[in-house]
Amino acid sequence: MKTLRIFLFLAFISSCALAQEGVFTYKKLPTVSLKTVKGLPYSSDSITNNGKPIILSFWATWCKPCVRELTTISDVYDDWVTETGVKLYAISVDDSRSMTLVGPMVNGKGWDFTVLLDPNSDFKRAMNVGPIPHTFLLNGKGEVVFQHTSFAEGDELNLIEMVRKLNRGEEVK
Amino acid sequence: MNKRIYCFLGAISLLLLVPVVVRSQDLLKGSEVHGSMQADATYYLTDPKTGITDTTLAGKLIRMNAFTEVNYSLGNFTAGMRFEAYLPPLTGYDAQYNGVGVPYWYVNYKNDFIDVTAGNFYEQFGYGMMLRTYQEWTLGFDNSLRGLRVKVMPAKGITFKGVYGVQRYYWDAYKDYNRGIVKGFDADFYLNDIFTSLNDAKVKLTLGGSFVSDYQQGATKDIPYNGQLLALKMPENVSNYGGRFNLNIGDFNWFTEYAHKINDPSALNNYIYKTGDGLFTNLSFSKPGLGISLMSKWIDNMSYKSDRSITNNMVSINYLPSITKEHSYALSSMYPYNTQPNGEVGISGTVTIHLPKNSALGGKTGMSIAANFSQVNGIKRTALNDTTLVGQIGTLGYTSGFYAVGGDVYYQDANIEVTKKFGKKWKGIFSYLYQTYNKDVIESHAPGDYGTIYSQIGIADIAWNITKKHTLRWEVQGLWTKQDKGSWVAGLVELTISPAWFVSVMDQYNYGNSDPELRLNYYTISAGYTNHSTRIAMSYGRQREGIICVGGVCRYVPATNGLTLTVTSSF
Repeated sequence: MKTLRIFLFLAFISSCALAQEGVFTYKKLPTVSLKTVKGLPYSSDSITNNGKPIILSFWATWCKPCVRELTTISDVYDDWVTETGVKLYAISVDDSRSMTLVGPMVNGKGWDFTVLLDPNSDFKRAMNVGPIPHTFLLNGKGEVVFQHTSFAEGDELNLIEMVRKLNRGEEVK
Repeated sequence: MNKRIYCFLGAISLLLLVPVVVRSQDLLKGSEVHGSMQADATYYLTDPKTGITDTTLAGKLIRMNAFTEVNYSLGNFTAGMRFEAYLPPLTGYDAQYNGVGVPYWYVNYKNDFIDVTAGNFYEQFGYGMMLRTYQEWTLGFDNSLRGLRVKVMPAKGITFKGVYGVQRYYWDAYKDYNRGIVKGFDADFYLNDIFTSLNDAKVKLTLGGSFVSDYQQGATKDIPYNGQLLALKMPENVSNYGGRFNLNIGDFNWFTEYAHKINDPSALNNYIYKTGDGLFTNLSFSKPGLGISLMSKWIDNMSYKSDRSITNNMVSINYLPSITKEHSYALSSMYPYNTQPNGEVGISGTVTIHLPKNSALGGKTGMSIAANFSQVNGIKRTALNDTTLVGQIGTLGYTSGFYAVGGDVYYQDANIEVTKKFGKKWKGIFSYLYQTYNKDVIESHAPGDYGTIYSQIGIADIAWNITKKHTLRWEVQGLWTKQDKGSWVAGLVELTISPAWFVSVMDQYNYGNSDPELRLNYYTISAGYTNHSTRIAMSYGRQREGIICVGGVCRYVPATNGLTLTVTSSF
């Protein structure tokens, strides 16, 4: 009986998948309560950029490739913003152990983009993120058009190229 | 068996029929389906040098941990489930996880006022000292609550949460009070949103309070002591309650949480009736270019589980993180600190500075420096009277004052990390650490068995951007100590080709071991491919025994030799 229940659920899901186009696309971000680096409330609904593309990156202070990714982007971020108007939101999944270190670390490294806290991984779970780093690209309508896991130097060039494509009204694959 | 086959066939036919029906209607317009999966499988090899023989492998040459989670959402409604399989669990993971099933499923409805979840859920109250349920796949940790959670937001800035349920315990269904029932309530007030006059005030204040109670049946318990059985009266309802505040004034931030637990005799605290206390406070200052953080934590008898007889990582209701820095290099994380729930006092200070480009000390490309010092001591315990030993079973245990710092040093860590770019193509991260690790206390050995390990660690992590898409990264690490296994040296070379490939070779060599037979090389070769949000990686080699810690919760990993495949994906 348990097996049957599981298969029924999966049948339902896959039928939805077959029935609808774009059922695997996030049409908008899920509504989750986050915090700013100062510990003040911030809703994921406020992750907006006036109709321009958004980069959403999940990271943690203890994740070396994540810090490498954000450091690399931080070196070119001002140029990116000037050229494309893109906005980066870096969501830290540091839990209580290192959550209070995030703000001082971000400022200490001179990072200019918005960093938010997700201490019990509610947003990470809602976005189905597994291992970090995991980066999403949202178009002007707030739909997720691209996602990528892990980081290699040079990935950021790919990312900004896609942002340029979005600004030109082109499709991103 | 036949019944199962028919169920399976029935389900498959439904699987094929339903799309035909659904496609003809628009009733599910706006649905979204998302999910994730991970599979870690290892093929184990014998390795006489680390003592792994055919007998130790016991025929289980292939082990796998895997999960698939699927979530469906439509409007305000979401539902999901996670299927897990440990067939059998990888070495280092609890053998009781052996099996397959659906340990996590939920149905949720949320709008601006209310958020209701039925099924399994993860929740945290404040800092976590009263309640935190979460999952950490790499640790094999999952203490989800299964029951009901209701969140109400009656006005802007006010959130009330209520939870009621039972925790996960491997695959065991909840039956006949075989574990505790957890109930909790949390209130959170962000004053600047509640009072319009404070909307733009420079001072920002959040206040919160929580009350958690666990009911575990069993008014009397017979505990063996000195060859006889003591009939101890157990409190069936154990509550843990407290409050918190977060004060922000410009660049300064001050957060504090206090928790108090009533008497909770358990296997972890040797069945004493002492109450528990915990206090965490953090003061930080941060502005562009400079970040300073000072933390302190005091806990006295704060373990809190929904089954008083469990001593491992399972069924913890609260979360007591360590405040020491979490390290991620192989040698700097060889001796990680593990929170001692029965009592510890710790402090930790971190300073991060960014020296901008073209400044005197920053040089042409700028430089980042992060320095940290932390220390954890035991608490001071005084015997109740002349005839009762400290921590004696069935008594009030001991007395201990507020923030009573004990003389035993459990852990000390002084470290500095410098990050610098050299021209356009070279980046380096250089670290130096000095660590003191009280192995007897941290790994729960008898006092005097191993003593304290003092080690110095040096790490250089250098990356060379050969081209815009090809990067070669080296790590050279050294750990120097006279205790335990002696000194180590480690090296890693990694080539990454954006966006898809990586190859790396790593070796850790225990050159300083006092026993020449044990001066082993722990070599690993790995390679992987990433395509969007799917990643496949393989690694082959000998892994040294060690401790993997995430957030102060640790898992012991024995030495292994084999080929590992990891596949992760999300959609």
